[in-house]
Amino acid sequence: MAKNKVKISERRKFFTDIAHHVGLGTMGVLLWAGYTQKAKSSPLTLRPPAAIDEKDFLKTCIKCGLCAEACVNRPQNFDKEGRKKPGTIKMAKAQDDVTIGTPFFKPRDVPCYMCEDIPCVPVCPTGALDINKVTNPKTKELDIRLMDMGVAIVDVHSCIAFWGLQCDACYRACPLLDEAIKLVYNRNDRTGKHAFLEPKVDPDVCTGCGLCEKACVTEKPAIFVLPRDVAQGKVGDHYVRGWDKADQQRVGNRKETEIKTKDERSKQAPADYLNKGLEY
Amino acid sequence: MKFSNIKYLILRRVVQITLLFLYFAGNYWGWTLLQGDLSSSSVLQTIPLSDPFAIIQMFAAGAVVGTNALLGALIISLFYGIIGGRAFCSWVCPVNLVTDAAAWLRRKLYIDKIEPKIWLSRNVRYYMIVLALIVSAIVGMAAFEVVSPITILNRNIIFGIGAGMGLIISIFLFDLFVVKNGWCGHICPLGATYSIIGKYSLLRVKHISENCTLCMKCKEVCPESQVLHMIGKYSITVNDAECTNCGRCIDVCDDEALEFSIGKYIKKNKELK
Repeated sequence: MAKNKVKISERRKFFTDIAHHVGLGTMGVLLWAGYTQKAKSSPLTLRPPAAIDEKDFLKTCIKCGLCAEACVNRPQNFDKEGRKKPGTIKMAKAQDDVTIGTPFFKPRDVPCYMCEDIPCVPVCPTGALDINKVTNPKTKELDIRLMDMGVAIVDVHSCIAFWGLQCDACYRACPLLDEAIKLVYNRNDRTGKHAFLEPKVDPDVCTGCGLCEKACVTEKPAIFVLPRDVAQGKVGDHYVRGWDKADQQRVGNRKETEIKTKDERSKQAPADYLNKGLEY
Repeated sequence: MKFSNIKYLILRRVVQITLLFLYFAGNYWGWTLLQGDLSSSSVLQTIPLSDPFAIIQMFAAGAVVGTNALLGALIISLFYGIIGGRAFCSWVCPVNLVTDAAAWLRRKLYIDKIEPKIWLSRNVRYYMIVLALIVSAIVGMAAFEVVSPITILNRNIIFGIGAGMGLIISIFLFDLFVVKNGWCGHICPLGATYSIIGKYSLLRVKHISENCTLCMKCKEVCPESQVLHMIGKYSITVNDAECTNCGRCIDVCDDEALEFSIGKYIKKNKELK
C-alpha cells in the first residue's frame, strides 16, 4: 500500500495550481468568446439614424435604450386621441435576431418617420449614434437627409408595377418624393398601349427609413430596406472613372507603378488556347 | 415580527422598486426623472450615470466612448467609492430581488441541511472580471453586457418581457438548488467591480461585541457571511469589500449588536473596544 502514496511536494502543488487556473480561465474564455462572437452577428439589422459603422457600433453601444425612449416619447408620436403609438426603435430581446439589448428597427412594423429634430441621436451617451453624421457641415444644423441607415431594394418579381399594374404606393410614401424613388416609364409590349411605372431607388438619396416597405401593398413587401453594406457592392480599386476627378481621389493618389496589374497568367505569352488546348 | 426586524429590508425594497418604476416610467410615460437603464441613464435629461464595468469592457473592446458616458461612470464610481460601498448590489440591482427570493426559499426548504453542498470559490467573480475584459478584447464587444442578467432583467422590466427571462429563472434555480448565494456571492463580476470600487467607502456595518449573544441569526441571513467573521469576538466595522451594506444583519439582530456607522476613518476601531 505504501507505494500508492504520492508525496505532494510544494513544487508539484504550485505547478498544478497554475495549470488549474490557466485551464479554467482558458475554458471560460473559449466558451464565452464563442458565444459572444455568435451573439454579435446580426448582419441584417437596421440601426437607428446616425449609427456608426456596425463593427464600431457593437463596441460602443452601451445598451441603455435612451434612443428608443426618445423615439417612442417624441411629441409627434401621439395620434389624434392623444394615444401613444409604438416607437420605431426597439431594444433587442433575446428572441430577436439582433444582438441582445441593442437598438434596431423593423420598417414593416414601424418605419422611421425621419423627424427633423432627430430626437434619438443627441441623447446617446456613448457616441454610438454620432450626431456629426446627421449634422450639415456647412450650416451646423441637424439634417435627417444625411442619414444612411440602409437602402431600399425592389424585388422586380413580386412588385406589381413590373406586372403592368399602376401602384406607386412606395413612390408616394417616400418622404423624399421623386428623389429617393423615381418612377421609370417603360412601354408595356403585352398590351401595346400601356406603360410600366417601375419604381427605381436612387441609393445616393435613399436614407433607409422604410416608409416604402411599410406602404408596399404586397403580402410580403416587394420593396424593403437592407443595411447598406449588405445591399451594396463595392467596385474596389480596379475600375476608376477616369473622367471623374472625385473618383480618382477615391482610389487615392497612387502612382501608376504601384498598381499591380500582372498576375500568374501574365507571365505566359498570349496563347492560342482554342487550338492548342492550353489550360490556365 | 417587529418592524425593527425588517426595517432595512423594506427600505431596500422601496428603493429598488422605486428606481425600477422610474426607469419604467421613463420609457412608458416619458418621465424625465430617470431615463435609460442601469447600463447608462440620464437624470432630468442632464446628469449622466453609467455602469463603470460596462465602460471598462468597452475600453477593452477598443471603443471610443463619448464624454457623457465617461462622466456618468465617474459619478457612479465616486458615489459608491466614497459613500455606498457595494450598496448597488443590495439597494439597486434588480437581480437582488431574484437571488434574495432564492436564498429565502432555500432557508425555508432547509436545502442546505438536506442536499450535499457544492463548493465554489467566492473569488470566481474577480476572475470573471478578468475573463470579461479578455473576451471583450478578443471579440470586440463588451462581453458581460451580452450575458448580464442584471441588464437583461432591467431591460425586460423597462422595455417589455422577452425570452431573456429564461436566464433570470435559471439564476433563481441556480441559487436555489446549486450554490447558496451562487450568482451574487460567487460569480457576478459587476458586484465584484463594486467591491473593488467601494473598498474604502464610508458606509459600514459596525459590530458591538459586548451586546452580542452569539445567536448567529446575522450569519444565517448574510449573503456574504464570511465578512461577519468578527461576530462575538471583537467590536469593529465590517471592512471586507464584499459586504453589500444590505443591513439584513442589523435587521435580524435583537441585541443591538450591529448598526450602520460612518466609516473606519472617522471613528477609530480601537476606541470601540
